[in-house]
Amino acid sequence: MSGKVLTITSGKGGVGKSTSSANLALGLALSGKKVVTIDLDIGLRNLDMILGLENRIVYDVVNVVEKACKINQALIKDKRTDNLFLIAAAQTRDKSAVTSEQIIGLTNELKKDFDYVILDSPAGIESGFRNAMLPADEIIIVTTPEISAVRDADRVIGILESNDKTQVSLIINRINPTLVKKGDMMSKDDVLQVLSIPLIGVVPEDSNIVSYTNIGEPSVLHKDSNSGAAYKNIVKRILGEDVPFMEITEEKKGFLQSIINFFKE
Amino acid sequence: MFFDFFKKRKKTSATKAKERLQIILAHERAANKAPFLDDLRQDIIKVISKYVDIDPKTINVNLQKDNSMEVLEINIPIK
Repeated sequence: MSGKVLTITSGKGGVGKSTSSANLALGLALSGKKVVTIDLDIGLRNLDMILGLENRIVYDVVNVVEKACKINQALIKDKRTDNLFLIAAAQTRDKSAVTSEQIIGLTNELKKDFDYVILDSPAGIESGFRNAMLPADEIIIVTTPEISAVRDADRVIGILESNDKTQVSLIINRINPTLVKKGDMMSKDDVLQVLSIPLIGVVPEDSNIVSYTNIGEPSVLHKDSNSGAAYKNIVKRILGEDVPFMEITEEKKGFLQSIINFFKE
Repeated sequence: MFFDFFKKRKKTSATKAKERLQIILAHERAANKAPFLDDLRQDIIKVISKYVDIDPKTINVNLQKDNSMEVLEINIPIK
C-alpha cells in the first residue's frame, strides 16, 4: 500500500485546523480507509482531546522520531473505529525537537500501512508548519471568512507555491449565513475571488462544535450536525466523488418569525 | 423593498473587506515574489547619492509583469 499524506494548515491560528483534521480523519476512517493522524503542534497538544483520546497517550511523535519507542507503540487506536489511529504531539518539547527529515521519514513509513496520513499543522509559517507541509502529497488550507484569516491563507498559498506544492485546496470554515445575508461577512464567492485556489468544502458556523469538543466527539459522529454533514461531503470529495457544495442558508425560523419576515419583505 | 433601496446605496462591510484584501494582497504577492527589491532600492540609493544629490523618498523601484515580459522599472528624480 502507498498512502497519501494530507496536511491541514491555515497560517492563522484558531480557524479550525484541528477540528477539521479530527473530522476528516474520522470521516475517512468511517468510510473504510485506514487513517493515521499526527498532531504536529509540538508543545501544544490538542488533537487528542478533540478526538477524545487524551487518556490513552503513552508515547508521542517526538519519542517516535527519536526512536525512543517503535511506531506501533505510539499509535493510539480510536475508540469508535479500528481504522483510525492518532500519534500525539509532545507536550514537554518545542517545535525544534523534530526536523522535517524526521517527519518525512515517519510519514514514508506510515504510508506503507495506511491509506491516509493526516498531518495537523501548527499555526504560523515557521518550522512546525514546514515540517507539516514538506511531506504532503495534498494540502488543505482552512480559513474563515475574516480578513486576517484570508490574508494569512494567501501568504501560506504563496509559500506552498514556492515549494512546488500544487495539490492545494481550501476549506472555508464558520460561514454564518445571517451575517453573509446582511453583508457583514464575506461570502464563499468573495473569499474564492480573493484567494483563487480550488474549493474543497464550505462548513457552516456550528455552535454545537464547542460541546462536541467538550465530550471528545467530532461533528461527523453526530447525525443531525450541519458541520458534520459538511465534513462528510469533504471526505467524499477527498475520495474523488463529485459532491455539490452545500448551500449554507439561515436556519428555519419559527412560525411567528416567518410572519414577521413576510411583512418585512 | 423600501429598505433595500437604502441598504444598497451603502457599501457593506463584507464588500469593504474584500476590496481591502484585494489591494493589500496584490502588494504582498508582488513583494514576496521579488523579496530583493527592498535591498536593491537601498543599494541604488547608496550608489547614486555618491554622484548626484537625490531624495531617497522619491526613488521608485518596481517589478512589473506584462504577459511574458518582466520589466524592472527604476525611477530616480534628481534634485
